[in-house]
Amino acid sequence: MIALLKRDLALAIRAGGGFGLSLAFFLIFTTLVPFGVGPATGILGTISPGILWLGALLACLLSLDRIFQLDWEDGTLDLVATSPVPMEGLAAMKALTHWITTGLPLVAVAPALGMLLNLPGPAYPWLIASLALGTPALSAIGTFGAALTVGIKRGGLLLSLLVLPLYVPTLIFGALAVSRGAEGLDATTPLALLAGITLGTLAVLPFAAAAALRVNLR
Amino acid sequence: MNLTVTDLSCARGSTQVLADVSFTVAAGEALILRGPNGAGKTTLLRTLAGLTPPLAGRVDCPPDAIAYAGHADGLKAQLTVQENLEFWAGVFASGTITRAVDAFDLEGLLDRRAGDMSAGQKRRLSLARLLVTGRPIWCLDEPTVSLDTENVQRFAAAVERHLDGGGSAVIATHIDLGLPAARSLDVSPFIAKRLRADDPFAQGLDDPFAEGVEP
Amino acid sequence: MPKTATMSSLWEYANPRKFMATSAWLLPWVTAITVICLVVGLVWGFFFTPNDFRQGSTVKIIYVHVPAAIMAINAWLMMLVTSLIWVIRRHHVSALAAKAAAPVGMIFTLIALFTGAVWGQPMWGTWWEWDPRLTSFLILFLFYLGYMALWEAVENPDSAADLTSVLCLVGSVFAIISRYALLFWNQGLHQGATLSLDAEENIADVFWYPLVISLAGFGFLFLTLVLYRTRTEIRARRLKALIAQERMAA
Repeated sequence: MIALLKRDLALAIRAGGGFGLSLAFFLIFTTLVPFGVGPATGILGTISPGILWLGALLACLLSLDRIFQLDWEDGTLDLVATSPVPMEGLAAMKALTHWITTGLPLVAVAPALGMLLNLPGPAYPWLIASLALGTPALSAIGTFGAALTVGIKRGGLLLSLLVLPLYVPTLIFGALAVSRGAEGLDATTPLALLAGITLGTLAVLPFAAAAALRVNLR
Repeated sequence: MNLTVTDLSCARGSTQVLADVSFTVAAGEALILRGPNGAGKTTLLRTLAGLTPPLAGRVDCPPDAIAYAGHADGLKAQLTVQENLEFWAGVFASGTITRAVDAFDLEGLLDRRAGDMSAGQKRRLSLARLLVTGRPIWCLDEPTVSLDTENVQRFAAAVERHLDGGGSAVIATHIDLGLPAARSLDVSPFIAKRLRADDPFAQGLDDPFAEGVEP
Repeated sequence: MPKTATMSSLWEYANPRKFMATSAWLLPWVTAITVICLVVGLVWGFFFTPNDFRQGSTVKIIYVHVPAAIMAINAWLMMLVTSLIWVIRRHHVSALAAKAAAPVGMIFTLIALFTGAVWGQPMWGTWWEWDPRLTSFLILFLFYLGYMALWEAVENPDSAADLTSVLCLVGSVFAIISRYALLFWNQGLHQGATLSLDAEENIADVFWYPLVISLAGFGFLFLTLVLYRTRTEIRARRLKALIAQERMAA
């Protein structure tokens, strides 16, 4: 299973691996927001927690259909299915790779983008904490969606339709933690709930994803 | 290390393609599957490999004994030969790749990216992958596609070495590999194209309005 | 194992032929009950109940709104149960019933949302409010859309049934989490001002009886539509099988 992780990380940083595309998308998305809502720093500061979370979520969404698609096309999935690696392990590793290549960089750049959007000072620790706790859930849910749609041609749009409603609780608690932080309030409760959702998805969804993969490989 | 297939029926999607296939492949033996296109050779191999559940019958072999290679070779163009092989060694937890590299004369190509290799070299690499799995029973689907005569001979020699070492193989192919220990099995007599028996919508098909009839 | 005649199993109805025969017999009766309940409930509710002293005649939309909303949730529950039956016992009719229920449930959700907006405009002065209850129906609507889209996208019907079942199970868990997340979310942002009307407790008997009847009417309407649609799905599968067989014979 470690071999899977190592290979996917290597593939991600090689040419054509798409590493950094999500980051660029996050940056562009955040840059476009002031053009849409106007440059007034007051408004930007108020909506910045939601915008940052929404941007991170959409950036995660962008790379989901690559999770299994390439391995499906070149036969790797068939071969892994005949190997000693359980499908659940494969799904968990894929989610982990997606988080390392997409979620983790988003956490790292989010404070810089928060400054662009005039995010209030007390919110920064909450922003980092909530993204760090929440993005693994985004990756795990996305991996499940990717496993459902792996056999479907042009499944990208369908994948978004399936995954976005599942993102609702994560988005709510994540953005709420940051906006409470921005108001100078204690945001431990939404953060704890967010962590609960993340732990739950990490525990359960690899099994659901593995079941979907087995159906699709049949 | 025998592979025994008893009265196996296999299906692709909602269609049964083969019925009552039985054969045994002993260690050191190769079975060449023959039959027209679409006969069900690929489906049979996928069923042997455990990817598709059988409709009926049994596949008896030791657990984790089958190495499957389909049309797609599972190689990553961005990775070098060595990285590709080491990945599969890791997935199959089989240790070293040196034996596979030696057997298929890949020493000089180790640092070449798989995407930069010729079709024949890629085939050699994917065959080397079979050795890396360390599994005794090879299930190969059209392994000689895109190989010239020289490389076909090289492939045949590799299979022969595998058989001499106590392995066995089931190979779907149209060409003559010239393997001495090979038997042929024509799948044509087993072709049984019909809707699968466990599909309740296939019952009473002679009467399309059967639902109107009282049971 | 021999089956006794008296103890006929419920699972027999999972046989398409048995289901077709039974549903053909059942449908006229269910349809009649639906029409009677809907006509009685709605006419009674619309024309023979007094106006609410506070809400005026707009309150009468309750006879469509509440039943539609309740059935929208029950349709998803029914899909959950039938999906589970498919996953555990592989009964094809069960999977097709889940497929058949989805568009019906989606339309009920849409009716609940639409009548809610029409009711909300005079009451709250706005067509739409990001109230937890309204929002969770909007999300339920999205779940229905995704579920139906997945059914359409997968070619092999058995694979489609498997994948949509997994989606339905996972989606149900997330729907419940979303419901509580939404309660947390809106209370966290602005307090009070929720004008939700709890039908069972706040309503006088004079409104209550026609409501119960139209509730039964919507329940039977759902049953009728699902029976019809399941029959259509079974016929479609049968047709597909016939075409496939003809192609193979040729």
